[in-house]
Formats: sequence, C-alpha cells, structure tokens
Amino acid sequence: MLDACDGAVMTDTENLLEVRDLKVHFPLPKTNPFASAPKVHAVDGVSFDTKRGTTFGLVGESGSGKTTTALAIMRLAPITDGSIRLNGEEICLLAGEPLRQQRRHMQIIFQDPYSSLNPRLRAGEIVRAPLDQLDVGDEKIRDDRVAELFRLVGLRPEQQALFPHQFSGGQRQRVGIARALATQPDLIVCDEPVSALDVAIQAQILNLLRRLQEEFGLTYLFISHDLGVVQHMCDDIAVMYLGQVIEHADRLSLFGRPLHPYTNALLSAVPSADPALRDRADRIRVSGDPPSPIDLPPGCRFASRCPFAEDRCRAEEPRLRLIAEGHQVRCHLVTDDGSPPPHLAA
Amino acid sequence: MTALLEVNGLSVEFDLKDGTVSRVINDLNFSLTAGQTLGIVGESGCGKSMTALAIMGLVPMPPGRVADGVIALAGEDLLGASESRRREVRGNDVSMIFQEPMTSLNPVYTIGDQIGETVRLHQGLSRRDARERAVDMLRAVSIPAPEKRVDEYPHQLSGGMRQRVMIAMALACQPQVLIADEPTTALDVTVQAQIFDLLKELQEQTSSAIILITHDMGAIAEMAQRVVVMYAGRKVEEALVDEMLTNPKHPYTRGLIACVPHLEAKPSEERKVLTEIPGVVPSVAELGRGGCPFAPRCAEAMDRCHDEMPPEIIAAHDHKVACWMHVMAP
Ligand SMILES: Nc1ncnc2c1ncn2[C@@H]1O[C@H](COP(=O)(O)OP(=O)(O)OP(=O)(O)O)[C@@H](O)[C@H]1O
Ligand SMILES: Nc1ncnc2c1ncn2[C@@H]1O[C@H](COP(=O)(O)OP(=O)(O)OP(=O)(O)O)[C@@H](O)[C@H]1O
Ligand code: SF4
Ligand SMILES: [Mg+2]
Ligand SMILES: [Mg+2]
Repeated sequence: MLDACDGAVMTDTENLLEVRDLKVHFPLPKTNPFASAPKVHAVDGVSFDTKRGTTFGLVGESGSGKTTTALAIMRLAPITDGSIRLNGEEICLLAGEPLRQQRRHMQIIFQDPYSSLNPRLRAGEIVRAPLDQLDVGDEKIRDDRVAELFRLVGLRPEQQALFPHQFSGGQRQRVGIARALATQPDLIVCDEPVSALDVAIQAQILNLLRRLQEEFGLTYLFISHDLGVVQHMCDDIAVMYLGQVIEHADRLSLFGRPLHPYTNALLSAVPSADPALRDRADRIRVSGDPPSPIDLPPGCRFASRCPFAEDRCRAEEPRLRLIAEGHQVRCHLVTDDGSPPPHLAA
Repeated sequence: MTALLEVNGLSVEFDLKDGTVSRVINDLNFSLTAGQTLGIVGESGCGKSMTALAIMGLVPMPPGRVADGVIALAGEDLLGASESRRREVRGNDVSMIFQEPMTSLNPVYTIGDQIGETVRLHQGLSRRDARERAVDMLRAVSIPAPEKRVDEYPHQLSGGMRQRVMIAMALACQPQVLIADEPTTALDVTVQAQIFDLLKELQEQTSSAIILITHDMGAIAEMAQRVVVMYAGRKVEEALVDEMLTNPKHPYTRGLIACVPHLEAKPSEERKVLTEIPGVVPSVAELGRGGCPFAPRCAEAMDRCHDEMPPEIIAAHDHKVACWMHVMAP
C-alpha cells in the first residue's frame, strides 16, 4: 500500500532538490543606533543539488549552519535570500495552502528521540498525526497506513498503544521514522538521527533507513557529525564551515581525495580503531575555535585556523571552484587541476 | 609494575522505590599503573559513570551504596577511609572531568575563582598565588589570553574552552589518577582531537594514570593502552587495546566493534549492511534470573548461558573474558 509514488509529482528532472545561493541571516538587536544591525550569517550562500533516491550529507563544525540549511529547506527557518526547488517547484515563496500541500513531500527526523515525541500521545496517534493534518484518505485508510508503518520500522502492532516513555531510545527513533514516512514524503531530513543512541542501536536505525530508502526510493538530507556514519550513508557530501560550503564531492572523491585543508583536518581528527589510519603521517591538526558568525573575517573564513594560510588567504575570499567532475572546493591553494595545497600533497 | 589504583570485587547497589535493590555494578575488578590510560566502554547505563563515582567516593548515599569490594590507591584502602580523608584524596590524588561541563562549572563564579578555589582548598595557596596558578593552568590547556580569560564566566566560553577549563581544574592539583567521563562527547572532532592531544601531553609530563570513559572504540584506540568492556554492570572482557581490536572474544565486544561504520581512508563502492546487536539492554529485573547478562541478545547463546553466570577466564595472554564459549569443555 505504500507504493512508490502515490501523490508525488513526477517530473523528468533527476534532481529532487535544487538549492541555489541560500541565505539565512538572523538579525540581532541593534547595539549602535548609527551602524546597521548585526546579524548571524548562519547560512551564507549555499548551493547544491540532490538526486532522487540518493542521500546528501551535510557535515561540518558545530554552528556551521547545517541544521539551519535543513530547516530552511523544510520552510521552518526564515529565508533571507536564494532559491529552493523541490520536484522542480520553487518553494521559497510559497505560503498558505500551497505550502501545506508541499509539506507532505518533506519530513524531518530529529536528533533527540526523547523530546521530539509528544509524551501525552500514544505512539499510534503520533504516527497518525501528519495524516490527520494533511487529510490523507479516510479513517480506515489512515488506520491501515499506521499499522503498515509500524511493521515497516520493526515495531509490533500492539506497541501503537504505548506512550513514548514506554519505549527505549532506539524504539522511539523508530516511532519518529514511522511518523516521517506517514505522508509518503519524497525528501526526509535526518538531523543527527542516531547521535543520541547507543552504538549498538545506531546500526539498527542506519540499516533501517537504508532499507526504507531502497524500498521506496526515498531521498535523504543527512546531517551527522560522525564521519564514519556519513561515509556509510551518503552518496554526495557538502562540508560546511561558517555558513558556507567549502568542499562538495561524491563519497569516493571526498573521502578518498579530500582537498580542502578543513576537510583534511576534519578527517584527520577522527579517532580511528585502524592503526594504519591513526599513524598516518599526513594527519593535520587545527587549533583554536572558529571565528564569530556575526563579524565575519575578510578573506577565507578558515584562515584563522588553517595551517597553510598565506597573506592572500587573509585578504581575498576564495570562490567555490569546480576542479573535477562533481568536485568543488573553496581554497586558494588548491590548483585548477585539483592538486591539494602543496604541504598536503607531500 | 605495581598497581596505583586497584578495584577489586566492587559492587554498587541502589534501593529502589518499590523496595527492591538494584545492583548496578557487580563484582568489578581492574587495576591501573602510573602513566597508563585505561579505557572503559559499554552501552548507556552499563555502570561506567557509577564506577567513576565509586572511585571518587561520590556514589549518592542513600539511596545508593558500595555494597562490596575494595578500592585501593597506592595501597591505601579508600572505602574504609574517613570522609575527611576521602575529600583530601578527591582534591589531591584523584580527580574527575564530568560528563556535562555546564553542570559542573558554577555559572556565578569566574573560571579563575573556580580553579583557584581547588588549589586554595587543597594546597593552602594564598588568593594571589591561587590566581597565578589558575592562569598557568589555563595556559597549560592552551586557552588563548589566559590573563584575560581567568576573569571570565563559564557562559562566555565556547564548549571546547569550557571543557579545557574543566581539564585545567581537574589537573590543577596534579592528581595521580584522572578520571575523564566522556570528556568530549559534546565537542566537534577537531576540538576533541585538541583535547586528546592535550591529555596525552599532560600525562607525559606528570605521569598521571587516566581512566577514559567513552562509547567510542576509536577514542579508546587513540588514547588507551588497556580496555575494559562493561555490560549491565559487569566486566565482560579486558585486554590490551590492540589485542581487543584485532582479537575480540566476547560476542558483545565483537558486536560493539562490528556495528560501527568505521571511517575508511579509501572507501569502496560497496557498502555492507551493518552488523546489528539485536534487542536492548535488559532491565535490572530481568537480570535477576542468573545466567549471562548478554544471553538474551547473544547469537551464540547455549542453554548453559541462560542458566549459569560465566566465570571470567584467561583466554589469551593478558586477555580476560567472561563467556561460556571460551570456557574449555571439561
Ligand atoms: N534562531 C536563531 N537566532 C540566532 N542565531 C541562530 C538561530 N538559529 C541558529 N543560529 C545560529 O546560526 C548558526 C548556525 O546554527 P546551526 O544550528 O544551523 O548549526 P549546525 O551546523 O547545525 O550546528 P550543530 O552541529 O551544533 O548542530 C549558529 O551560529 C547558531 O548560533
Ligand atoms: N539514583 C539511582 N537510583 C537507581 N539506579 C540508578 C541511580 N543512578 C544511576 N542508576 C543506575 O545505575 C546504572 C549505571 O548508571 P551509569 O550512570 O553508571 O551508566 P553509564 O554507563 O555511565 O551510562 P551513560 O553512557 O549513559 O553515561 C544505570 O542502570 C542507572 O539506571
Ligand atoms: S584558502 Fe588559505 S586559509 Fe583558506 S583553506 Fe585554503 S589555504 Fe587555508
Ligand atoms: Mg545542528
Ligand atoms: Mg555515564
């Protein structure tokens, strides 16, 4: 009954999602009446495409704008500028009923399975709520859909009657996934979906997400700070730093041949159980914290922590350049033919 | 080498509201030598933090109590010591970095006051010397402009800096044993790497022993020489880290290593389905039945596993495991 594309608008474009120059700036209270109001540049010109049925990963430092990007796409954060096309339709400016109709195509799974479920509702009612909100089918159809969803995520039918606190963390996340699947969305945003779970339970949820993707051709926007998880789940990955994408590539290129110094620092920082990775000579370390997203530095936003930064880096902002098929990078020292900064190439 | 810290037969119990007693740590043994790092891993609720609290003498009492066992520091029995002696040990010899930095830093005092307080209390320094010591400690944990930062309040610092302040506080008295309970869970990996480097560096200088509590086998591999795997309040396996990673014996440890998608330097096109450990950790009530605590989730479980607690045996050189699979048939 949950067959592939009931309700979805099929277009011939390969891309489910196209984001162009997305900006989300949060204004702060004015401190000086003569200056313009300061603002947080949470998302500052982000562009990417996501192919139907694939998983697009967003990684990067805490505060780099991953969640805000995802919320803007869900139309849950105020959009300052830019364009977002879902199924070929521009959704940035939608409001009212058309927005409500678009919402059924996008759902979100939150990090915290404890606070994201209403404690006073039974699990069955929680999963059913989006169907009620969007007036999907009649009572009988909704009942059947809920039963089917419970089966899909590996919960037993009688568990519909339980309240969230009667579930374990992993089971609660299953309820959250069932709720996200209820409206048969095309796009599911997974914001740190397994970070709050024990490693043993993480594997169950990651396998479930992949199985559901295969079965229903789902497209995921996947956010995680765990690079092992990202490498396992994502087909294309954008690395964010201070509101911008600093590197963007497919899975094999990004992990096999990372070019940006920050991406290299990020990958070097992952503690590894594999001695070969741990003792690699080219591990690089960064010091300090990222600069404030309110007063952005001139030049490259990573320059204050970059071990390779030159004068030019501190003066001139690097552009995001395409240096190989599907591989974009924002760094002055990466050459046009895709050689990493000289110090890294060694 | 003689042990600096010895934990022997440790059991911790809690009185529950329904009148029953829950044994959250059961017959735990391990020891630690100076300059060494011991990792403790296991699922949420398996008793990692409680083990740390027991060593610190901070098990909430009541409803909790150390029901049995010995904890000895350099030969001195801590469980039998007076409360004032324990307080002394806590400040000077054994200190702890807690799981949540925000709850353990006091928001109304400057960080200088908080670090200074520790050394004033325990080493009798004057106010002025204490402040100087605080600045030195902040410098030691690479906080930029320590003379300025020392007068700031916790909320003025980033998460990574707060964690470094916690470490500065824990190290201010140069403890012999430092317990770090998930010291980096809330931090970015780049900052985590800085903190780990810092801990290693400080350990080299002072040759303190470290107990690192984490759920990340990668962090263990990076930091520790020896590792204890806990499940439901018990130690199920103990070995040197490299041995544990290459040759895990307990089905739970094997699952714990296999269920994680480890980062690979050269990933391949193919992506395997991750190994799952089915089910969830049993509740304490379910554990009362005897038998191996992991049996309900174990793919290898035999009849005996459900009825009888497996003894800890030596499975290889310096490698202990509590699992019937590894007990020789008589
Ligand atoms: N409503 C808001 N008002 C003001 N600033 C905000 C708001 N929401 C987010 N920010 C700021 O925007 C920036 C990006 O935040 P965001 O939550 O998107 O980061 P993130 O990459 O998801 O980080 P994390 O990994 O910690 O989840 C941060 O500096 C954050 O403090
Ligand atoms: N006050 C209490 N009363 C009863 N049981 C308690 C109490 N405090 C802790 N426990 C129990 O003790 C057990 C061990 O808890 P502990 O905090 O040591 O787990 P942990 O391994 O540190 O978990 P985590 O990885 O989540 O930090 C848990 O099952 C917990 O429910
Ligand atoms: S542009 Fe310069 S500062 Fe920025 S990442 Fe590249 S080398 Fe580092
Ligand atoms: Mg976020
Ligand atoms: Mg704990």
